[in-house]
Amino acid sequence: MSHLIVLPVVLPALLAPVMAMAMRHDLVLQRTFGLAGQVALLALAVVLAVQAFTTGEIHVYELGAWPAPFGIVLVLDRLSATMLTLSALLGVMVTLYAIGSGWDRRGWHFHALFAFQMMGVNGAFLTGDAFNLFVFFEVLLIASYGLVIHSGGAFRLRAGLQYVVMNLAGSTLFLFALGTLYAVLGTLNMADMAIKAAAVAPEDAALLAVGAVLLLLVFAVKAAAFPVQFWLPATYSAAPAPVAALFAIMTKVGAYAIIRVYTLIFGEGTPELSALVSAMLLPAALVTLVVGAVGVLGSARLERAIAFSVLASMGTLLTAIALFTPAGLTAALYYMVHSTFAGAALFLVADLVRRGQEGGRRPHGVTVAFYFVAAIAMAGMPPLTGFLGKVFVLQAAAPAEGAPVIWGVILVTSLVLIVGFTRLGSALFWKTAPVPDGDPPDAGGGLALPGGLAAAAAALPVAALALMTLASGPVAEAMDRTAAQLIDRPTYIRAVLDPAEPSAEGLRRGGGAHDRGADDPVAPGRGAAPEEEAE
Amino acid sequence: MEALLASAIGVLTSAGIYLILRVRTFPVVVGTTMLSYAVNLFLFASGRLALDLPPILSPDQAGYTDPLPQALVLTAIVISFGMTAITVMIALGAYLESGSDRFDIAAAPRPGDHGAPQDMRLSADYDPRREPGPQGEGGGDPHDTAPEGRR
Repeated sequence: MSHLIVLPVVLPALLAPVMAMAMRHDLVLQRTFGLAGQVALLALAVVLAVQAFTTGEIHVYELGAWPAPFGIVLVLDRLSATMLTLSALLGVMVTLYAIGSGWDRRGWHFHALFAFQMMGVNGAFLTGDAFNLFVFFEVLLIASYGLVIHSGGAFRLRAGLQYVVMNLAGSTLFLFALGTLYAVLGTLNMADMAIKAAAVAPEDAALLAVGAVLLLLVFAVKAAAFPVQFWLPATYSAAPAPVAALFAIMTKVGAYAIIRVYTLIFGEGTPELSALVSAMLLPAALVTLVVGAVGVLGSARLERAIAFSVLASMGTLLTAIALFTPAGLTAALYYMVHSTFAGAALFLVADLVRRGQEGGRRPHGVTVAFYFVAAIAMAGMPPLTGFLGKVFVLQAAAPAEGAPVIWGVILVTSLVLIVGFTRLGSALFWKTAPVPDGDPPDAGGGLALPGGLAAAAAALPVAALALMTLASGPVAEAMDRTAAQLIDRPTYIRAVLDPAEPSAEGLRRGGGAHDRGADDPVAPGRGAAPEEEAE
Repeated sequence: MEALLASAIGVLTSAGIYLILRVRTFPVVVGTTMLSYAVNLFLFASGRLALDLPPILSPDQAGYTDPLPQALVLTAIVISFGMTAITVMIALGAYLESGSDRFDIAAAPRPGDHGAPQDMRLSADYDPRREPGPQGEGGGDPHDTAPEGRR
């Protein structure tokens, strides 16, 4: 069996401590290894993606060789591979920008934290175990706490504190949800959960629904959906620019988890739960979209406006997901890739603009062009991916029940976004920037103006958007196949669990501990695997 | 036993929620700790309650109790311990930098921001329209009772 699958987690896990401890005083070494690590991750992700897309097989990696429902598995399917590639691409771009702009110099351990963050993100995309998903969420969150407050400053620490406490509450909720689900289903392996959820006893159905909805709330916190979106604008606008750009993938982790859990575990097997989740997620997503669009219009600072536009893009994305149809999933996946690059591009371009202002200069024409392209993409104007993505979403929504509402909200918010970005662009680039009295711009003030590398790195996500537009046909077709694989639950479940005994009947829980025979051979093995992560 | 455990979880959770809604950082940190205790007890109960049974197969015993929730609780304890440490560190940093342990302050830099490096303040302070946002960007917080400028 190929051990390649585990490398996207293991490589940064090994690299980060080395960078944090052995190279803490040598920035050049940190940069070299940080960048090399990200490039290696990208190469790995591409190899895995080629594997996943050419064969169409679902690769399962059993950690510690414990067989599936008892140990923890990593699962590589097309969705995981797509997300891995996306995060690795973003990682390389953001690392290059951090190096080029000197952001990584302004605090400790930027590259080490970055590697830990990638470890958590990759792990969350790969794991096939619900509790393991929680662990990787915590890994990426701990790293993100460090990154949000990178380079310090009172406002950043305050925003970081709010972000941390919001996520701690989210993590607690996650554990409550997992406890509830385990109590009902008696397993935490996602494929096994899918089987158990479909065959749940009628008296446990209500408890299962509670667990499913709690889990949805947790993922909504990560994805910044409506009732729990308040942390996003404050955090993203206070975070350093490269970190904010990297965080474009963080909300997508929440979206990914929603797709994975509610197509696999609570998908076709549990039609009532699926309908319940869809009915809750769709209005939340539409309100998120409205909040984001209005926020862009009402923001006085560029970073805050961009953070709200990320919120709006999450609204569109979640709307597509909430349809839970093959067409909706295809549209969601396409829009997910697009909005990740668009959000990252905007944050990096905003930082370029900011740096130009600090030098007392007018923004360079190239910066303005980048802003123009990224804003068009984010707002969803033709000809870029934002437009195509929104067309896919609208097409997917057409047969849905609330189609007129969905169409109306998406189209009107697109207009609001266009107005918002136009207003920001004209305020930034056409007005002469007022120079504050008594505070003359001292040509940098210890701050290096972005060199060629920073501008080139900021160009990368813009270029990715352009390339994706050109390659829309193949990309959409690949996403179509990914969605088809997602809908095809039995294949996933069969790949993870032993095909000889697909339902693992021995695990079906009785009423209490006494009900199970003492000769149940599986119990010790189940306990052993999670203990490994605790170490 | 069920009633005792259930009420313990309930009391801890409600105390935790009350505390994390407080405005100062110390009660919030205590609140997150309470919540993590509550969730640990809850996870423990998710394997069903059993008295005097080992979490392992044994020929001398009538049965066994589910070991998996115990492993989950162990993991959750480790993680929540680390998280609490991080929260305390960040809270302390925010307090020392801003001289206030209030939680509800807008995430934009303010003129009274102490300790923000000069380059930081420049890069984030600039407002293209020079309009204070609805959350009072640029305005002081009249409710701050802690002495400003404590370093």
